[in-house]
Parts: sequence; structure tokens; C-alpha cells
Amino acid sequence: MNRVKNRGLWLTVGLTLAVGLWPPLTGDANNREIVVTILMYAALASSLNLMLGYTGYVNFGHIVFWGLGAYVGFYLMSALNMPLVVAVLGGGAASGLIAMLLGQAILRLRGAYFALATIGINEAARAFVSNFEPFGGPTGMSLNFKVYNAYGGAMQSLWIVYWAMLLLAIAAIVLSYAIKSSKFGLGLTAIRENEDAAEVMGVFTPTTKAWAYVLSAIIPGMAGVLFFFKNGNIEPVDAFRLHTSIEIIVMVMLGGQGTLLGPILGAGIYERLRGLLLVSPLFKNIQLVVAGIILLLIVLFIPAGVVGWLRRRILPLREWVE
Amino acid sequence: MLNSLIPSLADGLLLGLVYGLAAMGLSLIWGVMNVINLAHGAIMTLGMYGVYLIFSTFGLNPYIALLLVAVIGLAFGVIMYVVSVHRVIDAPHLSSLLATFAVNMIIIGAGTAIYTTNVYNVDYSLDSFTIGTFTVPWTRVAAALGAMLVSGLLYLFLYRTRVGKYIRAVANNRAAAELMGIPSSRVLALSFGIGAMLAGIAGGLIATMFPFNILSGGAYQLKSFVIVVLGGLGNPLGALIGGVILGLLEGAGTAILPTTWVPVLEFVLFVIILLVRPSGLLGTKR
Repeated sequence: MNRVKNRGLWLTVGLTLAVGLWPPLTGDANNREIVVTILMYAALASSLNLMLGYTGYVNFGHIVFWGLGAYVGFYLMSALNMPLVVAVLGGGAASGLIAMLLGQAILRLRGAYFALATIGINEAARAFVSNFEPFGGPTGMSLNFKVYNAYGGAMQSLWIVYWAMLLLAIAAIVLSYAIKSSKFGLGLTAIRENEDAAEVMGVFTPTTKAWAYVLSAIIPGMAGVLFFFKNGNIEPVDAFRLHTSIEIIVMVMLGGQGTLLGPILGAGIYERLRGLLLVSPLFKNIQLVVAGIILLLIVLFIPAGVVGWLRRRILPLREWVE
Repeated sequence: MLNSLIPSLADGLLLGLVYGLAAMGLSLIWGVMNVINLAHGAIMTLGMYGVYLIFSTFGLNPYIALLLVAVIGLAFGVIMYVVSVHRVIDAPHLSSLLATFAVNMIIIGAGTAIYTTNVYNVDYSLDSFTIGTFTVPWTRVAAALGAMLVSGLLYLFLYRTRVGKYIRAVANNRAAAELMGIPSSRVLALSFGIGAMLAGIAGGLIATMFPFNILSGGAYQLKSFVIVVLGGLGNPLGALIGGVILGLLEGAGTAILPTTWVPVLEFVLFVIILLVRPSGLLGTKR
């Protein structure tokens, strides 16, 4: 029972709900668009944290699962006329499956070699999908506008996507917490600290790593389907952007890798900051420069991220912030 | 078939040498300090703009402009090392990857603000010559020769000078090198500078052949990754051979396959080599 009563879990879920329930209460479309993006990145960052923060494997290809899942879901909807629910589940399942197959191969690599391989996979996936005719090749696919009628029109569909995204973000948090407080999670942490020692101590590392990789892939796959369903069309350049992968890494680092609240907080701060910089006349043109400087300062001076820093400086917070 | 294969192979060979030069910088930095420089492509772009700006404002011959670009690249690399890499040199890989990526963001952001993403072109040509039905622009030959010259100089520097020996010593075992009285921080900064210089020169050479924009470096950076893995991470001279292999593959690929499939081939090959022989085709087994 102690696991369910954990304050850190409830604080994170509560915070996400508080932000997530704000647009439905005000009914403002503008707020909804801002928050839905934050929720999506929160889900992506939180799932990446399973690999990056818990297991210590730098994954530059997290967005591959988002893109491939989205493509599979999109294909189910546009070519086979499946409902959204099936598409979302199908996208998640496809991403998990791909992660399992890929993981067999690339999880044998460690450190920088793994990081390089994930960059290669990102590019290979984009190049492959650009040439894959069933997925529309370089021009991608788009949804017939009639599809939205099944969900009560385009307006209503946006709200459906919103609620689903909120659910996904919460699911990502609960999954992260469940893993963190389990024996499996301890195994992952052991791998992060010293993989050889973990193996000697009885952690069966190949299976443990493979499961972490699969679990981190499912939620992005589902989020991808929702995002591109909302978008109405999907193209290889949008679906496999290496830059987005790295932005998600930045969010995890900013909030604090290996923590529960960190990725959520990081996603919120980064997205809001980007929003503010984009509309400010002074920083509009140099928002990338500002983001780069902030990233550099974090990496050089507070590598533990906001949450890690707070936990170290303010001891009473440790009971509240996981 | 054969008629198109030979010219594209020759073309691939010439380009491959330039790719190899770019990859050499990445490989040197990795070999000496175990850092993957994610700003590599951005520094190549700086080299392209350097040659363009010097050529268009001062009217200087692009090949002389390259000398200036080399000096600027060296200085830039040393400064970048001191500001952004030195603090995280012993931290986990993620830190140095992100620190160099932050520099990449800053360069690309500033460049986009100043030059937008318009395409630029160094308006300088050297004529071309024809063999049979096949035309080669002299700029390609010059770029390939330039790449070989710089690689040769790097080899002499690394294996025939005292400072080169320091660099190899630090790459081999930094702690032991320090005990022998080698100023390792300065050697690291210099190695990073040389890596950036090679990227800058390669970028400049590419600018004499192709039009470019601020984002062009990214594609060449990815090629550099493939090459570095082909030639063995941390083996700068293997990188030149890796570059030639990639160039030839690209040449053969474009002659046989539809052009859009060539990147698929490249990256699948990349991942396979990483898996089967992470030390590279030419690297020694560890």
C-alpha cells in the first residue's frame, strides 16, 4: 500500500491534472493547443526517461517510435478505415514490436556506440519511409476530412485527442513510477551505475534492457498517432526529425533525469519557454540561440536538472518530489 | 550501365576524399577525448560561409580563403573546447553530447537569424575537362587534392612532431601522459581545435563545389558518422579510407539504385557495421 500512497507520485499526477484540466474548464481553444503540446512532450520525455534516466542509455532515436507508430496508426485509419482507438493501440503495439526487434540488435552496444546507432536508425527510418510506397513515399499520407465526422466533426475530434493525450501523459507517469519502485527498476538503475557489476549481481541485463526499451517505445507510438490524427497529414520529414529527439533529451535533462517529476517539469518549462521566445519580438529570430545557451548552462552547471538540484539543496522536498 | 557506373565511381572517389577529411576531424576528437562532437556539421557550415564571405567581400581566391578559414576554425575549436567541453570531459557521454549539441544550436540559430535558410553559392569555377562522354569539373579535382594534402600534413604532424606525439600520448592514456609532464588540458584544447579546423576546411572545399545553406552541414555530419564508423572510431587516417569507401558506395549506388534509396543503404550499412564490428572495418580489435 505504501507504493500507492507515495507523495511524489501524487504530486506529479496532481500537477499534470491541474494543468490538464485548465483548458477544458476555460473552454479556450488557444489554451488547449498549448497544453496538448506540453502533454505530448511530457509523455514523450517521461517515456524517454526510462532509457535515458533509469538505464543510462542515450537514445537519439526516441522520435522513431513516435513517427513509426504514427505511420502504422495512420495507415490503419486511412487505408483500412479503422477507428481511432484501434489505430492508437495498433500504433503503440507496432512501436513496441519494432523496439523489441531493434533492441535485440543495438542494445548489445554501450555508451557512445549505442548513441551513434540510434542516430543511424533515425536516419534509416526516415530514408526508408520516404521510399516506402504503401506509406505514401516522400509526400506521406493525409486523412479524408470525412474521417472526423465519425467523431462528431473536426472540433470534437480535437477535444478527443486532448483527453487522450492527458490520459497518455498520466499513464507515462504511472508507468515510470511503477517501474521506479519495482525490482525491475532497481535492475535498470544497477545497469546505469555499472552494467558489468549488475550482471555479476544477478541482473539478467539483456532482457532487462530490452524490456526498458520496449516499454519506452509504446507510449510515443500512441502519442504519434494522436498527434498526426489531429494534424490530418503525415510526412517523413515531420515524423522523423532528429532535432525533436534531441529536444526531448533536453527536456529530460532540464527537469532532471531519472526522476519522476523531472521530465514532466522539463517538458512544461521548455515548451513554455519556446512559446514565449517565439512571440517575443526581441528573441523571435534567435530563439534557437537562447535555447542553446540555456542547454549549455544546464549541462555545465546543473547536470542533475531542476528536480535533482532542488532535492539536493532543500532536504524537506525529498519527501515530496520523487 | 557500365557507361554510367565508371563516371559515378570516379565522382564518388573525388567526393569521398573530401568526406573523409571532414570525418577525420570528428574521428580525431573522438580518439583523443572520447567526445562525439555534435557541432561538427555546424562548424563545416561555418567553413562554407567563411569561404563564401571572404571570396565575395574581399574577392580573394577561394583556395587562399581556405587558409584563413583553417586558422579561424582552429581558434574556434580551441575556444569551443575551453567554454563548453572542458568542464564535462570526464562526465558521462550524455553531458558532452549535449554540450556540443548546444553549440550546434547556437551556431545554427545565429546563422539562420543572419542568413536565413537561403541557398548561397561561391561563384567561382575552374573550367572542366572531358574524358570520353564524362565531364569532370576541375574544382572537384582540386578539392580532392586539397583533402589529400591536408590529410598528409595531419599525418606528418601527428607522427613526426613533438606536439603530435603529445596528442597521441594523451589519446592513448591521459593519466599516464599527465604523469610524464604533458600539459593534457592544452593538448586536448589543441586537438579539439584541429578537429574543428579539419571540419572548417572540408566545409570550405564543399562550398567550392556545391551550393549550400545554413542547414547543409547536418547532412555532411551524418556522412561523417558513417565514415568514422567505417574507418574505426578514433582512427583519423582510417577516416580518409572510410570516406573513399562511402564515396564509391554512393557513386555505385546512384548508378544502380534510384537515388532516394541510397541513404537507406548508407544508414543500414552504418548500423550493421556498428553491430558487427564496432571498432570499424579498419580498426583494431579491442
